[in-house]
Amino acid sequence: MSLMETFQMALKNIWGSKMRTFLTMLGIIIGVCAVIVIVGLGNGMQGYIEDSFADMGTDSLTVMILGRGSSRSVSEEQMYEMAEENSEYLKQISPTVSMSGSLKIGSDTVSSTSITGVSEDYFSMKGYEVAQGRGLQYTDMANRKKVCVIGQYLNMAYFGGNAVGQTLKVGGTTFTIVGVMAAETDDLEEGGTDDCLFVPYSTAARLSFTGTISSYTVTVQNTDYISEAKTLVENELYKVFADDDAYNVSSMAEMVEEMNSMVNMIIYILAGIAAISLVVGGIGIMNIMLVSVTERTREIGIRKALGAKEGAIMRQFVIEAATTSALGGVLGIALGYGLSAVATTVIANVMPDTPITVSPSLGAVLLAFGVSTGIGVIFGYLPAKKAALLNPIDALRYD
Amino acid sequence: MSALIEFRDVCKTYQMGDTTIHAADHVSFQVQKGEFVAIVGQSGSGKSTCMNIIGCLDVPTSGTYLLDGQDVGGMSRNELAAIRNKMLGFIFQQYNLLPKLTLLENVEVPLMYAGMPKGDRRERAKIALEMVGLGDKLKHKPLQLSGGQQQRVSIARALAGDPAVILADEPTGALDSHTGREVLTMLQQLHAAGNTVVLITHDNSIAVQAQRIIRLEDGRVVYDGDAHAPEAVVTPGLAGKGAAQ
Repeated sequence: MSLMETFQMALKNIWGSKMRTFLTMLGIIIGVCAVIVIVGLGNGMQGYIEDSFADMGTDSLTVMILGRGSSRSVSEEQMYEMAEENSEYLKQISPTVSMSGSLKIGSDTVSSTSITGVSEDYFSMKGYEVAQGRGLQYTDMANRKKVCVIGQYLNMAYFGGNAVGQTLKVGGTTFTIVGVMAAETDDLEEGGTDDCLFVPYSTAARLSFTGTISSYTVTVQNTDYISEAKTLVENELYKVFADDDAYNVSSMAEMVEEMNSMVNMIIYILAGIAAISLVVGGIGIMNIMLVSVTERTREIGIRKALGAKEGAIMRQFVIEAATTSALGGVLGIALGYGLSAVATTVIANVMPDTPITVSPSLGAVLLAFGVSTGIGVIFGYLPAKKAALLNPIDALRYD
Repeated sequence: MSALIEFRDVCKTYQMGDTTIHAADHVSFQVQKGEFVAIVGQSGSGKSTCMNIIGCLDVPTSGTYLLDGQDVGGMSRNELAAIRNKMLGFIFQQYNLLPKLTLLENVEVPLMYAGMPKGDRRERAKIALEMVGLGDKLKHKPLQLSGGQQQRVSIARALAGDPAVILADEPTGALDSHTGREVLTMLQQLHAAGNTVVLITHDNSIAVQAQRIIRLEDGRVVYDGDAHAPEAVVTPGLAGKGAAQ
């Protein structure tokens, strides 16, 4: 008797007792569904994290110079030199000086805006575009000009879209607005990406009384080699300071990775818990198969009397258990996809700001199917063995 | 020519607590190809044990059982299954059909375990069912039929594999006398067509339909000979010494 025929026979038997089969499968259905939804949720969270970090630039490194006493420091010229020498890895570099001075536009005080001193390369590094006027230039740096480029939010909220040529005050110093950035996001909001102001880093450093510049943003040539680039910068800085507490290089990509691995860990734990119900489901299948073997003792006796070998009986019951379990797996997958879609909609409605798409991965689906079939085989083995070893004489007499 | 079935000093003992039950006690006989033999005995006489051994469902505790010259005693369970499948056609008192399968599928079961391809065995099963007069009910389920018809299906199933021995265990036991006679006639026809038939029964009136009777009592053969001889059907105790051949 071929495997195909055994399989057909199993399907026939399963179809013959639909309700019982369904109840038997329920554990597997729930387990597979739970695993799929949880993994899908994890994928969605990862996607969300990656998306929200992508516009912060995953191709850039942030270098913090903490210094080592007053004896050793690194100047911006040294940093520029280093970037140039390692141009096969490093693309561009810009100092980033955060300013804490209060921003005044006319008589309004604006506290939400982030004020940063950057170089003329910063906009191209970040992919920012200038919508009106001009960007920052080298001469602005060299002459410590009091000019600035503002984000679209300030332009719209305080200057009615005509900011170029007007002035604002940062910590009492008057700056002339020379350019307006193109909007980065669709909705311009207070404290958002477009609520920003950029000034020449040299000006910013002087106004904040910062002797040396302590923060740099570096972009890399190839995001695939970001960790190599990071090591490279660290090595260069170690040459200067001979102390790895004196600087700190971090990459956005690494942060994303770290967060992803945290999410992953949580997902694995949750999926593991969900998988327990798969085992419980397997035990359910074993239970029903044992009952079924007892119920069908006579059938087994007849089959054995007519020449069924132990292997044939064994196969029949194992395949029946595996088919039941695999069928449960398929239903669980379908239910899992359905629930994922529902969950996506619910999340989108409840938390419109964090649109997480619950998307089960193909790998998880295949794994769930494989595991559920495997469970059928494993938990079907014992009942099948019992059936195969029945004595045909006793089995024929059984009522 | 060697016998198709040969029992040589076959013993079968069971342990029931402290007592040993001799279900078969040095049973010896031969059945030639083409014979129609009835094994008769009261309940507890050991006829079921003999039938189980002949049917390769069980093996002797001691002694030798040769089926078509092969010693069955030392065979593994799987080898016994293969022998049952190839050499034996069973007809049971309770028909023992599989209720969820159609008649055609029921008759196909032994052929399926013999590894016959689907098309061939369908054809064979159909021919066998036509032979027992059920060619028009191939797709029926057993429980839609009368007892006599079900027993005919089981005869078809026994025949389909073209076995060396047809082994009928109280084939009329669950039937009324009229349909019982029909089934017996069918067995006689099979015999007439050259098949070897072994009939196990407790009923003398049925046993005499065979050619030859082997009578068992307390696990021993007490008569073995012509079914129509007067000793064949007399009170077993008195016929005890008459065991001949």
